[in-house]
Amino acid sequence: MAKVHGAVTIDRQRCKGCDLCVVACPVDVLLLQPKEVNDRGYHFAFANNPEACIGCAACATVCPDACIEVYRVVEK
Amino acid sequence: MSPEDIIRPENKVYSRPEYLTDAITHYCPGCSHGVVHRVIAELMKEMDLGEISIGVAPVGCAVFAYNYIDIDWIEAAHGRAPAVATAASRLNPDRLVFTYQGDGDLAAIGTAETIHACNRGENIAIIFINNAIYGMTGGQMAPTTLLGMKTATTPYGRRVDLNGHPLAITNLLAQLDGTCYVTRQAVHTPAAVRKTKAAIKKAFENARAKRGTSVVEIVSTCNSGWKMTPAQSNDWMAEHMFEKYPLGDLKNV
Repeated sequence: MAKVHGAVTIDRQRCKGCDLCVVACPVDVLLLQPKEVNDRGYHFAFANNPEACIGCAACATVCPDACIEVYRVVEK
Repeated sequence: MSPEDIIRPENKVYSRPEYLTDAITHYCPGCSHGVVHRVIAELMKEMDLGEISIGVAPVGCAVFAYNYIDIDWIEAAHGRAPAVATAASRLNPDRLVFTYQGDGDLAAIGTAETIHACNRGENIAIIFINNAIYGMTGGQMAPTTLLGMKTATTPYGRRVDLNGHPLAITNLLAQLDGTCYVTRQAVHTPAAVRKTKAAIKKAFENARAKRGTSVVEIVSTCNSGWKMTPAQSNDWMAEHMFEKYPLGDLKNV
């Protein structure tokens, strides 16, 4: 069976830490930084559990600041 | 597979739309405006409309839309976007003209312009962001505010005897002969965002094909004005707003 691998990159300076991508992710990959902040003081999102990513782009679809890029590889 | 093997240009499935500028938006974290801006920018590329579109920006939070979406924009006086769009579309019949308005702009001060532009059936698309509040000025009551909803000017909740009933203006516009497509969507989940994108695409197609006025209402959140987190306001919207403003097509001819 084909296995899907995904990955996300997040523009940490553009992220405003709104948490919508964290809620939208169906496989709980993303989290907000608990302590670290970006230049504008927001707790930006990061891939806490990157192995689980399936590259569905749900996070990028709900991101109001278009700071997420999504990659996907289907391993046959 | 390691992340380095996956993060390669050939594997990219989603990236920032090229019609969005590099500016960081002034919107609050989690604002629905950002999602709708992104959807419009994606459609500009997919439908090859970026060079022939004229957007008419409102007065409200989206007043700086021209800083964020890299197409031609006109800034209209408060509520007058459909009137300005009428002129723009009649003088430039080969262009796509659309307005982008909030509920204070479209449903309060601009009610006359909105209703008459829709009744005349101007070949424009109207994108209507309904967050039930005046977001930019500090969260005052708008005509669309729900009964019982607390705002800066109704601190004990909106009352019928004092403030009247909430205005579902999209239902009114669906009654008019000039409109060809009237729909109500939301952007709180990935599925809803995809439906909204399809609705805006259809509205743009109608405007290009000169079928009449298309209205796409997007029921949105204003988490700063509502005093909630972005995730909480999405849940609150699904629970309370959709009762008064149910999603779906109201007219499609």
